Amino acid sequence: MRHTISVLVENKFGVLARIAGLFSARGYNIASLAVSETLDPQVSYMTIVVEAKDAKVLEQITKQLNKLIDVITVTDFTKKEHLDRELVLAKINYAPKDKARLEAIFNKFVGKIIHHKANTAIIEAVGDQQQINELLVELNKFGIKELVRTGKLAISN
Amino acid sequence: MKMTGSQILLECLKREGVEVVFGYPGGQVLPTFDALYNYEGFKFILPRHEQGAAHAADGYARVTGKVGVCLATSGPGATNLVTGIANAFMDSIPMVAITGQVPTGLIGNDAFQEADITGITRPVTKHNYLVKDVKELATIVREAFYIAATGRPGPVLIDLPKDVQVAETEFIWPKEVKIRSYNPRYLGHPGQIKKAAKLIMQAKRPILYIGGGIILSGASLELLELAEKLGCPVTWTLMGIGGFPSKHKQSLGMLGMHGTAYANHSIMEADLIIALGARFDDRVTGRLDMFAPHAKVIHVDIDPSSISKNVRVDIPIVGDVRQVLEELTKEIKRVPVIDDWLKHVESLKKKHPMVYKDCNKVMPQYVIEQIEEATKGDAIICTEVGQHQMWAAQWFNYSKPRTFVSSGGLGTMGFGFPASIGAKLGRPEKIVFNIAGDGSIQMNIQELATCVANKIHVKVAILNNGYLGMVRQWQELFYKRRYSHTPISGPDFVKLAESYGAVGIRVTKKEEVRPAIDRAIKTENTVFIDFQVEEEENVYPMVPAGEAINNILGGLA
Repeated sequence: MRHTISVLVENKFGVLARIAGLFSARGYNIASLAVSETLDPQVSYMTIVVEAKDAKVLEQITKQLNKLIDVITVTDFTKKEHLDRELVLAKINYAPKDKARLEAIFNKFVGKIIHHKANTAIIEAVGDQQQINELLVELNKFGIKELVRTGKLAISN
Repeated sequence: MKMTGSQILLECLKREGVEVVFGYPGGQVLPTFDALYNYEGFKFILPRHEQGAAHAADGYARVTGKVGVCLATSGPGATNLVTGIANAFMDSIPMVAITGQVPTGLIGNDAFQEADITGITRPVTKHNYLVKDVKELATIVREAFYIAATGRPGPVLIDLPKDVQVAETEFIWPKEVKIRSYNPRYLGHPGQIKKAAKLIMQAKRPILYIGGGIILSGASLELLELAEKLGCPVTWTLMGIGGFPSKHKQSLGMLGMHGTAYANHSIMEADLIIALGARFDDRVTGRLDMFAPHAKVIHVDIDPSSISKNVRVDIPIVGDVRQVLEELTKEIKRVPVIDDWLKHVESLKKKHPMVYKDCNKVMPQYVIEQIEEATKGDAIICTEVGQHQMWAAQWFNYSKPRTFVSSGGLGTMGFGFPASIGAKLGRPEKIVFNIAGDGSIQMNIQELATCVANKIHVKVAILNNGYLGMVRQWQELFYKRRYSHTPISGPDFVKLAESYGAVGIRVTKKEEVRPAIDRAIKTENTVFIDFQVEEEENVYPMVPAGEAINNILGGLA
């Protein structure tokens, strides 16, 4: 099962390697990882989506993360109300005649064309993972040539 | 006052109370070794291999409780420390390892003798640092010692590029260390302690199961008080040896793979396990799903990640074992009635005694017993890893903490001899024996030169059976006696010792054992005793890996 964990860390040299190393050394699988500075440039915020087969594994992961000296706090969103979003950029096959079809999709999902030239368009979309996955099914009907995703970002509410 | 990075480093070490540094020079630590020239702030010991430096620092830390310090150059010097660092990490030993590094401008260029040692040691250190600016150095050294020694102790590495060693800055000694993301919890939760006390008062078959945490937190007296209040049996892990007096009537000795049969049977039948600073390692629990099926578990540990990692815990208490014990003992207002349990444990002791085949040959167990007798049990015993290590754990009665120095978690052959150097320097008034096998001793035998050059008089008892004995034992029992590459030859240990300027004694007969030990103790020099012991003697009792720990191969018993 996938779990979302957020980790506040000291924004120091090597901290990402420490976190990533912890996961690999103990055989935990990271499904996605998003990292950025917070308002305080000395602190970074990581949202990690992790595969954990049971609660015991998840408990070990949070405890091991807490043990790292550079980790300030660990929040396990499994037990906490939160919102999560993911940003995707998709380069799709696109001709001007497709505009109406695409707009119909955007009525259902939050997305827009941020660039187009010749017969491709780049779509930007934000949503939770289910929305994004559904959108991608729709976009794939045009043919997705390239796709990048940020991985999940989560915040408590 | 302006000082160079190297001078700042030495000044910081001195102010941290460092008494001895084990180090080896090289290209990228030249500025620091220049500062060490005629330096008198602490003792400096030059081992003959960087691995020896790390293990010596570890051994020093184990017997003194202080932070051990080792120093090496970049690249191969640093990588040679890695086994020693990993060893300290697995056994929670406070250590600061300092490595030279290529100048900051060259880092990442595959420069000569460059190794990404912070990257390499990340999984085997509690924390590590690459110092990029000399202005950070004093704070980093201060933090490193603080992190190494507090909470669950462990090794911290400081990687110090050559240009930072040379750079000058104003020396400012940070008055205190504050790391907002690191706040070890020492006091146990009062509610949890009350719950634990309640469970203890209701117990019918309680057992105290103690680990290295008792030693690290200095909780022996508090443990003795609780144990005597409860009157219940006490068993320990390899790392817990010395935490409780072996000869105490409540003691069951070590448990686990090579533990006493009565300790294993007792814990399997217990209805309450009071685990103190132990981590339910696989060598202790055997097959996990069959371990102690009737027992509730109280687990006290300073490291939350050790709790509920392997076994289900009913009452977790995060905190320093010593402080938790103080509170816990107070909370126990009524002592449980466990007379039947004690009678049963006594009968287990009678039914499954520790025995070996005493005969006219030089039996390894006999050698250990004689070392105990000759030293009246008042010695520091270091070990390598293998059969001799288990015999040293089984057949010597330890009565005090920090007197048994052994590589528990990592199981590092080659640890004991350099560790005994650190132990002797840490406790010069003590007789220090390194009990070794003929395989293990050859892994860091070069440290004979260090002993002789620095007059560090350790006594090395080699239980020489011509085999990598523990692996041979497994091959005998589980691989149809196919002794694949376990017969091992060695040098003439007597001549070898003599060639280094030490003393060598060979023992081939039982009656020579005691005189050789007595002579070694009296000799003002490092002594190698080559005990030519029974070759195919096995360590018993033994629980095969992956079996329940009451499934015991008993040998004679």
